[in-house]
Amino acid sequence: MRHIISVLMENEPGALSRVVGLFSARGYNIETLTVAPTEDHSLSRMTIVTSGSEDVLEQITKQLNRLVDVVKVVDLVENAHIERELMLIKVRATGKEREELKRLSDIFRGRIIDVTDRTYTVELTGDAQKLDAFIDALDRASILETVRTGISGIARGERVLKI
Amino acid sequence: MELTGADIVVRCLQEEGVEHIFGYPGGAVLYVYDAIFNQEKIRHVLVRHEQAAAHAADAYARSTGKVGVFLVTSGPGVTNAVTGLATAYTDSIPMVAITGQVPTHAIGEDAFQEADTVGITRPCVKHNFLVKDVRDLASTMRKAFHIARTGRPGPVLVDIPKDITVARCRFEYPETVHMRSYNPVTRGHQGQIKKALGLILTAERPMIYAGGGVILGEAAEELNRFAELLGFPVTTTLMGLGGFRSSDRKWLGMPGMHGTYEANMAMQHSDVLIGIGVRFDDRVIGNPKHFAQTAHKIIHLDIDPSSISKRVRVDVPIVGDVRETLRSMIALLEQTLAAGQKTNETAVADWWKQIGKWRERKCLNYRDSEEVIKPQRVVQKLWEITGGDAFVTSDVGQHQMWVAQYYPFDKPRRWINSGGLGTMGVGLPFAMGVLLANPDAQVACVTGEGSIQMNIQELSTCQQYRLPVKIVNLNNGYLGMVRQWQQIEYGSRYSQSYVDALPDFVKLAEAYGHVGIRIEKPSDIEPALRDAFGKYKDRLVFMDFITDKTENVWPMVQGGKGLTEMLLGSEDL
Repeated sequence: MRHIISVLMENEPGALSRVVGLFSARGYNIETLTVAPTEDHSLSRMTIVTSGSEDVLEQITKQLNRLVDVVKVVDLVENAHIERELMLIKVRATGKEREELKRLSDIFRGRIIDVTDRTYTVELTGDAQKLDAFIDALDRASILETVRTGISGIARGERVLKI
Repeated sequence: MELTGADIVVRCLQEEGVEHIFGYPGGAVLYVYDAIFNQEKIRHVLVRHEQAAAHAADAYARSTGKVGVFLVTSGPGVTNAVTGLATAYTDSIPMVAITGQVPTHAIGEDAFQEADTVGITRPCVKHNFLVKDVRDLASTMRKAFHIARTGRPGPVLVDIPKDITVARCRFEYPETVHMRSYNPVTRGHQGQIKKALGLILTAERPMIYAGGGVILGEAAEELNRFAELLGFPVTTTLMGLGGFRSSDRKWLGMPGMHGTYEANMAMQHSDVLIGIGVRFDDRVIGNPKHFAQTAHKIIHLDIDPSSISKRVRVDVPIVGDVRETLRSMIALLEQTLAAGQKTNETAVADWWKQIGKWRERKCLNYRDSEEVIKPQRVVQKLWEITGGDAFVTSDVGQHQMWVAQYYPFDKPRRWINSGGLGTMGVGLPFAMGVLLANPDAQVACVTGEGSIQMNIQELSTCQQYRLPVKIVNLNNGYLGMVRQWQQIEYGSRYSQSYVDALPDFVKLAEAYGHVGIRIEKPSDIEPALRDAFGKYKDRLVFMDFITDKTENVWPMVQGGKGLTEMLLGSEDL
């Protein structure tokens, strides 16, 4: 089963490698990982997408909590939540393809943020499936480059992850 | 007044009440060594290899409960000590490692004796720090000691670049530590405790399974009281030996791979298993699937939530300090019993009858000999001559198991061994740490000719500090445990387990200025031991016992097998 783990941790050098080291040492997988400081710069917020049984997830949560730098851990999937990922995708755009790509990008509510006479760079936000769907809708041969941030997630409603 | 970073390090150690540190100097820590030179409160013990510094500090902690401290230089100083950190980490030993680092401006430039210490040690310490500003030094040291000794203890490393040790700032040692990200639970949940007692009072085949947590958490007295109140059988793991009085009839011995028949049978067939400061390790419960074949209700008391339901699903987890939680349980139990409620006495009496039958197998009996020295007999004689009250360190292998089986302990912190990581070579440096912490104690290092050679250079340290370790070398000319596995599981193909070209250990001991004795006849075991603890009381004595070459450790549960699938002797092969 897929899980989205949110981790609030001290914004200390090396804190990220403690988390990543833990995952590799104990054989847990990381599908995506994002991290950045929060509005309080002494804290970092990390979102890790992983998969595993309930038992494995219980261990992941406990092991993360055991790290001295980790303040709080929560699995967002347990409750209603929102997840978003940002993708920048550079595509070959010449001739009639230019109009077609513009339309496709509009359908997906993407924005063309860089243009040359031969390329478009599209910015697209959404959950992972939406980004996948956009890629699938394109002609593979036209894709020059993609870069994705990995999932960031937050709980819906009043629920917050804070000290 | 402003102090240098080096002086601050020393002052912090003094503030923490540290009396001994173990170490080895080198370029990056020379200012710290200079600061040590200028004071008298802390005694520095110079080892011969950094690995031994870590092990000695570790055993200092194991035998006293205090935080052990070692100091080494950057690069190879640290990498040599990594095995010591990993050994302490696996057994949750409170330790602070101070390591030198190249100056901050040189970090990352592949400087001489530079290694990424924080990176290398990260997976084998509880936490580590790189100090980049001298103003953070005192508070970091304070945190290091706090983290090492609280919660589930463990080693903490403080990496200090050389320029920080010479930079100056005002020294103030923080009285308290506040860390929002680190607040270990101490008190067990009252509701869970009540739930556990409910199970305990109705149990028909109860079993108490206690481990290293009892010793680390100073809860031996409480464990003894708890078992006394209930009248339940107790087994203590390799790391828990001494946590419960072995002279008590309720003690069934050690469980696990080389545990007793009765302890393993009772573990497997219990209906309520009360785990206290344990982690259901693979060497203790064997194959978890096989273990789960019998329906158990499991109560698990531990300070580390991640130990709970890791290998075996637990019914009533209680997270908390073992001593505090046991005290709460005892108080509640006393109230309940005083109110007239009882344990399931009839069922428990039947259970004891069953255990009595298992005991009759006398699984630790061995065929003694008057021709060849049986290693078990050496350990039994050691027990007799030391009144069962020595500190015994061991290395790793057959001899370690024989001590665990034939040297029953009544007190905690007497049995010092590398249980989790299984580090060969710990025995001698462990004994040094124990002796420095307990200068008047009887300290034996039971080892083998394989393990002892992994840190043999420490015989020199023992001479310098006059440490009268009694080395009991069970010399069978084989890496015995490897040979045993090869015999049982690898068709007697003894690949690389025969140790050829052994040194003359008597001459070797003498070369280091110690006493060496070779013992080849069973009748000479006792006189040699008597001399070692009598005539040569104040000397290090290296007793080289030439033992039966092919003796095996029984009982044995082979790797991956179930706990009750025991081999009781060579006739079971």
